[in-house]
Amino acid sequence: MNAAPRVSAVKPGKRFGVQSVLPHPPRFPRNAVALFPAFPNLAAKNAKRRKRERAWESLARHCFTLRENLLLRPFLRPFAFFAAIPSAPLALALAVTLLLTACANHEPPADLTIINGAEPESLDPAIITGQPDGRVVGSLFEGLTRLDPKTADAVPAIAERWDLSPDGTIYTFHLRSNAVWSTGEPITAPDFVYSWQRVLDPNTASDYAGQLFYIKNGEDFNAGKIKDPTQLGVKALDARTLRVELDSPTPFFLDLCAFRTLAVVPRATIEKHGDRWMKARPLPLSGAYTLDFWRVNDKIRVRKNPRYWDAANVLNQIVDFIPCDQPNVALNLYETGAADIIWDKGLVPAELMDLLRKRADCHNFDYLGTYFYRYNVNHKPFDDPRVRQALALAVDKQRIVERITKAGEKVATHLTPKGMSNYRPPEGLGYNPDAARKLLADAGFPGGKNFPPFQYLFNSSRGHEQIAIELKDMWKKELGIEMELRQVEWKVYLTEQSKLNFHLSRSSWIGDYKDPNTFLDMFMSNNGNNRTGWNNPRYDALIKDANRQTDPKKREPLLQQAETLLIRDDLPIVPLYFYVGVTFYHPDRIEGIHPNLLDEHPINRIRRKAPRSAGVSPASPVGQASSQPVHGASLPRVPSSGPGAPSPKPPLAAHAPAPR
Amino acid sequence: MYFLKRLVFMIPLLILISFLAFVLVRVAPGGPFDKERKPASPEIERNLRAKYHLDEPLWQQYARYLGGLAHGDFGPSLKYRDHSVNDIIAQGLPVSLSLGCMAFLFAQGVGIPLGFYTAARRGRWGDYLGSFFSLLAVCIPGFVVGPLLIMAFAVHWKIFPASLWETPWHVILPTIALGLYFAGKIARIMREGMLNTMNAEFITTARAKGLSETAVLLKHAFRLGVLPVVSYSGPLLADLLTGSFVVENIFQIPGIGVFLVNSSLSRDYPMVVGLVLLYAALLLVMNLLVDLSYSLLDARVKQG
Repeated sequence: MNAAPRVSAVKPGKRFGVQSVLPHPPRFPRNAVALFPAFPNLAAKNAKRRKRERAWESLARHCFTLRENLLLRPFLRPFAFFAAIPSAPLALALAVTLLLTACANHEPPADLTIINGAEPESLDPAIITGQPDGRVVGSLFEGLTRLDPKTADAVPAIAERWDLSPDGTIYTFHLRSNAVWSTGEPITAPDFVYSWQRVLDPNTASDYAGQLFYIKNGEDFNAGKIKDPTQLGVKALDARTLRVELDSPTPFFLDLCAFRTLAVVPRATIEKHGDRWMKARPLPLSGAYTLDFWRVNDKIRVRKNPRYWDAANVLNQIVDFIPCDQPNVALNLYETGAADIIWDKGLVPAELMDLLRKRADCHNFDYLGTYFYRYNVNHKPFDDPRVRQALALAVDKQRIVERITKAGEKVATHLTPKGMSNYRPPEGLGYNPDAARKLLADAGFPGGKNFPPFQYLFNSSRGHEQIAIELKDMWKKELGIEMELRQVEWKVYLTEQSKLNFHLSRSSWIGDYKDPNTFLDMFMSNNGNNRTGWNNPRYDALIKDANRQTDPKKREPLLQQAETLLIRDDLPIVPLYFYVGVTFYHPDRIEGIHPNLLDEHPINRIRRKAPRSAGVSPASPVGQASSQPVHGASLPRVPSSGPGAPSPKPPLAAHAPAPR
Repeated sequence: MYFLKRLVFMIPLLILISFLAFVLVRVAPGGPFDKERKPASPEIERNLRAKYHLDEPLWQQYARYLGGLAHGDFGPSLKYRDHSVNDIIAQGLPVSLSLGCMAFLFAQGVGIPLGFYTAARRGRWGDYLGSFFSLLAVCIPGFVVGPLLIMAFAVHWKIFPASLWETPWHVILPTIALGLYFAGKIARIMREGMLNTMNAEFITTARAKGLSETAVLLKHAFRLGVLPVVSYSGPLLADLLTGSFVVENIFQIPGIGVFLVNSSLSRDYPMVVGLVLLYAALLLVMNLLVDLSYSLLDARVKQG
């Protein structure tokens, strides 16, 4: 009902007030207003409501006029309602964006941005186990030796030189006088004693304490059998002399000294802050860089440490590590110019490898890693070496590297990759289906008849699955045996493998240092990584014997005999292929990355030659696209070891694999 | 009073949830310190378990955990050993929160007008087009939208950065990737709500008293038609705020959505329990807020 005219009609009556009610016969509306106090409110409310309605309508009208004024009638007609709707959320989103723009942090762009693999689990040298962690830690901490950027051989670092006793068990290291923490205090021999004691201390709970078991009493101290740390074979003779006594000669000990676990760490800071010492500021560091910030899953920024003893040869100022474990994301970032380098073997999209390999910025090189599968030798029929050999001979490994992995991997017949200076691995079993069928028949399964069903255990991953399917097909085709695939989650895979709860199991191993021992000691009977149920006293004796030799010439044949047992005679494992390292960077813009077996590329020797291509949008104001003056561009390139550091070994050029 | 009562009731509920998470994650096979590369001696593993009290009986571990929780301490991360769970939440939550807020606003900002529009244009081509779009948005999952957006806007046209989390430009693509599905869903809910409302008698009344269609829709139908969206928004906000594994992964965003999934895969016990608790608390609070907003929007719902 429309009450508007009546309200105005009431107005004159209002003048008379309540008194005027009596003499005049009441007209209903006026009386109603006068008698019931609620009524005026209602009228006012009605008026308000109408006003609002009119406002809405005028808004809509305005929208229509606006539309007509803009001559967009045919286009805007369907959107008329849109225009009228209060789209507050959208406006708010816009406001938030603007606010974010206003307070975006303006960090200076880095000289180098490196996509580094998974987020580091830790940056504490004693704790880390992963390769991505190691690459960051390698820039922050240093040990007695470090690895040469070209050959990955151990060269002097904080130790300037060393002496070795004739029996090969006592090293005496002489530390540099100019080695100081990033906070200025000198790095002393007692610092190393503390750092190594800390790794072995059961309370530190270091995963890699085993790297120090070569030191006298190291294992017993870690197991808690010896409580007194002074009984360890590491002592400071004075502030700059360190005496290290080993259990037995360890030919690769200098390589171990370059390993992150053995790096020197700041005692006072750790004792003050405990487990959370990486968050202490200032954080005394022994490496070429200091830690600017570490944002989990976001970015780690390191900055040149001006007090580093070899600071003159640090060729960049700021380096960003981007943690990323997804090949596609990494490639997108690299392709759009947000990163200079991708380095991690896990960061290569296998589907695109065919295309990427042909590009000039894709660098493949031999790498100290092997892909293989384990047998559970306790499980019938794999307790019979003939069965194990038959399966191995029926695998066309060439097909796997050509059709699945595709990054230029080489077929493996032995466990230890080629290229180590002191060792040539023996040849193992090749591809020979006829011999395989014969062996299987000898073992009691002619044509695969009566062969019990068995399973292949692997952790969920596309690559592993493809290889498993390929193996299944090959064995079905060549030997007539049927295999089931058992795909499980990572932790389940590890548990099942440790418990020997499998028949066949996918496996891989990456070497820690350039010595065959890093592969071969794994299959000694008491080693936790054996996980095949295989034990051979002769193998154990050969490895132990070999590692006691101080003469590399005598050591090599012993190791070769041991490996022959492993990959030819007893065959608890079957190597499939050797990993390749893959690094992406543009050779015109980045220099100082050299292919080597350990995939070790010290970042202080990497230099930007030319600005990054302006890949990222102009829309990105703080994006790293803008060309950046090259810090340290005027520095001359220097030979691989620092000026004060006499290289103890000539560079083994013959063993540095050529990039394909 | 009612809300106070509900707030208090949340505490035993959260304790129950923490207990379930605590037990369930330990029932799963494997442990936080299982690695492909076994330590050189079994003592090393024993040291690790002892350091993080995993060798104690379960009830004692849980009591220890509750004790820490009472002080607001979620314990150390067993995978990222330099950080505590608090550190990781403190770093990741703000990122997930801002991305979640943006996606929420995007979803509402697109979904409500779209739903409103399709309802208003019911049976005309505008409706069909809009409904098709919302259906499309609901059908394409984030892990398809994300890479498509990157392909088009980052790699091909180079308008936006591909991933990372640095400038506001980095926010836009993930916001769309995360919000698009929910925008479609909200549009459909909104349309449904509007159509239901428009059959109501009071709408007929509003029309009968001569209001223009615009005013009827905006003023009368909208207020009631939006209610289903409001009730959907609570859990949606909780869901978005705790981060999205897929989108955070695709765009390399340092939020906690990635941790929520990865921590359970890596059996990072304290992290799993901490993040589950966080998620549960957020969900409870959001539901409470929804009930609160109901009483504001709909006069029929009044809380005592």
